[in-house]
Amino acid sequence: MSKQDAIFTPIGTNENNQKGKVDKAVDLPEPTETSWKDLGLSKEDLKEMYESMYLQRRFEERAMQMYQKGKFGGFLHLYIGQEAVSTGTAWALNSDDDIITAYRDHGFGLVRGVTPESGMAELYGKAAGCSKGKGGSMHFANVEEHFWGGHGIVGGHIPLGAGIAFANKYRETGRITACFFGDGAVHQGVLHETMNMSQLWQLPCIFAVENNGYAMGTSVRRHSVGEIVDRADAYGMKKKVINGMDLFTVYEAMKEMAEEVRKDNQPWFAEIRTYRYRGHSMSDPQKYRTKEELQEYQKVDPIERLKRLMTEEKIAGKKKIEEIEEKVEKVVLDAVEFAENADFPEPEELYDDMFVEEDAKFHE
Amino acid sequence: MPEREIAEQKMSYRQAVREAMREAMNRDDRVYLMGEDVGLYGGCFNVSEGMLEEFGKERIIDTPLSESGFTGCGIGAALGGMRPIVEIMTVNFSLLASDQIINTAAILLHMSGGQFNVPIVIRMATGGGKQLAAQHSRSLEGWYSHIPGLKILTPATVEDARGMLWPALEDPDPVLIFENTTLYNFEEAAPVNGTQVDITSAKVRREGSHVSIITYGIGLHKSLKAAEMLSADGIEAEVIDLRVLRPLDNQTIFESVRKTHRAVIVDEGWKSVGLSAELSARITENLFYELDCPVERVCAAEVPAPYAGHLEKASLPQPENIVETVRQLGGIYG
Repeated sequence: MSKQDAIFTPIGTNENNQKGKVDKAVDLPEPTETSWKDLGLSKEDLKEMYESMYLQRRFEERAMQMYQKGKFGGFLHLYIGQEAVSTGTAWALNSDDDIITAYRDHGFGLVRGVTPESGMAELYGKAAGCSKGKGGSMHFANVEEHFWGGHGIVGGHIPLGAGIAFANKYRETGRITACFFGDGAVHQGVLHETMNMSQLWQLPCIFAVENNGYAMGTSVRRHSVGEIVDRADAYGMKKKVINGMDLFTVYEAMKEMAEEVRKDNQPWFAEIRTYRYRGHSMSDPQKYRTKEELQEYQKVDPIERLKRLMTEEKIAGKKKIEEIEEKVEKVVLDAVEFAENADFPEPEELYDDMFVEEDAKFHE
Repeated sequence: MPEREIAEQKMSYRQAVREAMREAMNRDDRVYLMGEDVGLYGGCFNVSEGMLEEFGKERIIDTPLSESGFTGCGIGAALGGMRPIVEIMTVNFSLLASDQIINTAAILLHMSGGQFNVPIVIRMATGGGKQLAAQHSRSLEGWYSHIPGLKILTPATVEDARGMLWPALEDPDPVLIFENTTLYNFEEAAPVNGTQVDITSAKVRREGSHVSIITYGIGLHKSLKAAEMLSADGIEAEVIDLRVLRPLDNQTIFESVRKTHRAVIVDEGWKSVGLSAELSARITENLFYELDCPVERVCAAEVPAPYAGHLEKASLPQPENIVETVRQLGGIYG
């Protein structure tokens, strides 16, 4: 690798894709050195965060299993590997701060009020799903808890995040918006339009790229020049690179940014480096990476590392952890059972929610 | 009973839109205007002139030339509790924002199972006839009316230009308003107090018994002119102003065609796979046995709008073409 590459491109894969050669897709920055105590987290918080991350993981593993059994269709984009991002964010933000994300949305859904039951039912296309079976995997949503949904057009929801921030500023709600998207979305024009407007109008928003190494099957190195985070420079926007495989790092960074945004309405551009363990969707043959590469990231798995920390620091013993995991296991199995037994939407629900005020004229 | 007198004053279509926006902004502080050059410049068509001074830069917002970005921002603001009026300079540029309009605003409510409604109003200028060539002369309102989840308004009168905005803002769902550029200078007497109008129905603008001319926007004015020319010939045309392209008001259209037994559709959009085709289909599907002759259409030539004045004129429906088409309808002379 030339010096030029080392300076201007993130560490990528694919130029050397031979079996056995590890060529990391994302270069993880150092995790935070601040201890959980100094971050203001309690033992209880840690146990709850563990439970949340473990739930997201097991929810998706079960979903994958059910998908493979042919229980439901559509796309299924799994978040596995990235749980520290959703979890750290949810704990760092106020519960009424607004979150909007792309289609890999199960994690954010589960930390923002989409229950395992309503989430699983949504995957099954059942009426009891969080979006009444009309959205599916890509469109989890929970308006009650300010989760503005999963969005399926890459980059398309980014200006929505700015707009929600605009409304918060205009209405002086004191809320901030966190708008998440993937590394692929960085190359959509609308991201740049939105960054410019947001800096110009000083919108209280954190734009967070979850750089998981791949835009579908194209590694960051093959789809991007320079460092993603440096896009912020062109707009004079504050920027940060965050290790997204470390829960406390995400928590600390999000909290710091959120507090600043709340004070000064200056938006942030954050590149959260993480890794997607599964394929882009279920039909992905993953020819673009090696098993060894995946294993490198699994060594720093956020859930395993939190578990280890909790044991080492005697926050939760083996028994306590098993208890949490068994509880989650049951919740997820119950969710599957719930989804299995739930009703499909009635045929006449096809036309429901086309408009707030129903108007039969539209269906003629 | 004598009709209650409503004070009227002559005003331009442009003034009417401005008054409507001023009234809405005074009425509800969630309403704000956002678009390219709507503030300091006063709007590309001078529609928002003076509003920056009146309402301030917090509510009259000049945007960068980022149609997708600011339209999406308006949609997000609507989700966040605002009532945005987003002005896209012309329909031609709205194509850059079509992802936001079609992939987001139109579908969020349904896709979220009723959780997110988008109470946004997007206004844009539309139409040709000003020698602005192919990239600035489109009439794509019919094309937008293809999309479920949108409501499409096409005010053709000063009264509608003024009266449609508030109900559109009150509507909890996305509403697109298309203002034909050649109408901004059109003057007409309209109620002083800004009476609101309904945004659900078509209106008969001229009664007649021999043929129904179904149109909207600038087509209304051309059709009314054609109707006067036909009248001299003894043919009385009924002219229907659709006003709302989605949802189409079948009832008003069908009632008229049941009476006249003939229909001509005038649309400045293209004929192929367009609004006029939909109207024709609805009429033939529902009133086949009422028709004395086939439905006819007068639409834009299927070419990009040419620059040269005489070519552009030839590319758009003109009163003469409408007259000619009506005269050739089977049995029109009894």
